[in-house]
Amino acid sequence: MQPEIIYIALAAIFGIFMAWGIGANDVANAMATSVGSKALTIRQAILVAAIFEFLGAVLAGGAVTDTVRKGIVDTSELSGTPELLIFGMLAALLAAGTWLLIASRNGWPVSTTHSIVGAIVGFAAVGIGVDAVQWGGVGTIVMSWVASPLTAGVIAFLVYLTVQKLILAHEDPLDRAKRYVPVYMFFAAFTITLVTILKGLKHVGLNIGLRDSYMLAIAIAVAIAAVGALVIRRIQPDPEAERDQHFITVERVFGILMIVTACGMAFAHGSNDVANAIGPLAAVISTAQNGMITAQSAVPPWVLLLGGAGIVVGLATFGRHVIATVGRKITHLTPSRGFAAELAAATTIVIASGTGMPVSTTHTLVGAVLGVGLARGVEAIDLRVVGRIFLSWVVTIPAGAILAITFFFLFKAVLPAG
Amino acid sequence: MTNALANLFGSSPVRPLEKHIDIACQCAEQLADLVAAVGDDSWEAAAAVRDRIEALEQQADDVKQEIRLNLRRSLFMPVARDDLLRLLHLQDAMANRTRDAARILVGRRMAIPEPIAAQYSDFVTQNIAAARQARKAVQELDELFTVGFRGAEVDLVSGFIEEIARIEQQADDAQSALRAALFDIESTLNPVDAVFLYELIDETWRIAEAAEGIGQCLEMLIAH
Repeated sequence: MQPEIIYIALAAIFGIFMAWGIGANDVANAMATSVGSKALTIRQAILVAAIFEFLGAVLAGGAVTDTVRKGIVDTSELSGTPELLIFGMLAALLAAGTWLLIASRNGWPVSTTHSIVGAIVGFAAVGIGVDAVQWGGVGTIVMSWVASPLTAGVIAFLVYLTVQKLILAHEDPLDRAKRYVPVYMFFAAFTITLVTILKGLKHVGLNIGLRDSYMLAIAIAVAIAAVGALVIRRIQPDPEAERDQHFITVERVFGILMIVTACGMAFAHGSNDVANAIGPLAAVISTAQNGMITAQSAVPPWVLLLGGAGIVVGLATFGRHVIATVGRKITHLTPSRGFAAELAAATTIVIASGTGMPVSTTHTLVGAVLGVGLARGVEAIDLRVVGRIFLSWVVTIPAGAILAITFFFLFKAVLPAG
Repeated sequence: MTNALANLFGSSPVRPLEKHIDIACQCAEQLADLVAAVGDDSWEAAAAVRDRIEALEQQADDVKQEIRLNLRRSLFMPVARDDLLRLLHLQDAMANRTRDAARILVGRRMAIPEPIAAQYSDFVTQNIAAARQARKAVQELDELFTVGFRGAEVDLVSGFIEEIARIEQQADDAQSALRAALFDIESTLNPVDAVFLYELIDETWRIAEAAEGIGQCLEMLIAH
């Protein structure tokens, strides 16, 4: 059998394994806020996740895939030995997948993104040479890991402040909610659609002009907000339930908004995290097919489809249980807060996807929840989790790197050289 | 399975605090039944009411302990942890003082002297009213958290708090009048009974005093 076939087959297996793991574990964090606040049932959450993760991966996942594929390793010195890049990317996939498996067994808040970036940097620096790492690019990625939770936190803080001022603090919050919630829907849909059209679609070969992009984004956002407004108008207060908690009907209005932001969240997650599985796979495929490292070639669309499909399968097999478990634990996050956190996180992640930055969905969402908390929106946040997240950063990158280095030398010894 | 997002949310003290004041207030409400039983000279009924008071006080203690254990220092909340602990302490004081008053009444088989019996009974009613008003205010706590401590809901709770202060003032005036009336008949009483009657009045009044403290505590929570 030709070595190229073995490489591609192995890469596809590892890539699907990784995508499956992302679907089984990671998607839960993107969807659990909606399930926890009862905006969606588990069944609906799975459906939303399946559709929008897939769309996000295919329509807006190209830029991050490119970064993972060729933004970390400097391939200029590998032109004579392209198989080293193949072994490295295979090792990185297997290392990240293994580390995620170990981490989720032990309940560590480990990020898929950090694992794969750590693994790629590890094999490149040790397996090939310190100069083989594009340290500037890696530095930018690491900075985006700090910037994304902060950005999401600031956006969530501001969004939730407007919710308080415009709606909750008023004499008739229900009336105000019915008036303003469609506006939030518009903004959620507008930002996500616009970034996708401007930054994502060129990777699937679609090129839309700047003016048309804005018009299209506005048209889609207006359509979503209009449908939302129609659904909201039907919501009537339930005096029986109101006696105990005056804001129950208001929260139901926010629940409709949260369906929109949940779609955005799934889309954002798909657009960013599928690259962790697909980026290395795409690198292996293009190198193996051409027998050389080609920096120019685009990500084949079928690879993005494969990644999207892997996530959906992971979601359907294990993800539903994780969503249920996490959702049960975060019932404090009512729709009026949950939407603010999701809107902030989804916007931040989609912008990161547009600029090709692989960021951690979970950490961004945690940053957004903290932002809502700073606006006095969450009853109790356990700050020990934030400490554990910092610790997991410190551990994940060397762990991913060491595993990748081990697998790299193993593959180098065992697999045939092209 | 542990998950970063799931563990991010600490156990909120808000609903447990509402539950706690409900128990403490129920406990204080029993005092009216107890005084009625004592007035009828039916000590068996009085002992039964005292047992209910002891049970409710115990229940309040259990909830208090649970809230304290869950109120870790690592929690980030929209209100100061110390203010919540003080609120909890004052809520619990309503139950404790009710229990102390019940123990004096039943333990010493202490009939209230005829000249001040009706006045004491009214005084108890005022103290219970203060406790109920405090409960009404604390039960808005979840709404206050929902709105982020601003706007129309704050005005509503501020109104409740003013009402607590008004009732407490009435109870305080009633206390002075009751003490004066007791002083007038003091020489006709067994000296030990007289001493314990003063103490009974004091323990009873502590219920309204705690209620007022709860109001002030809520004001602090809103102001922060």
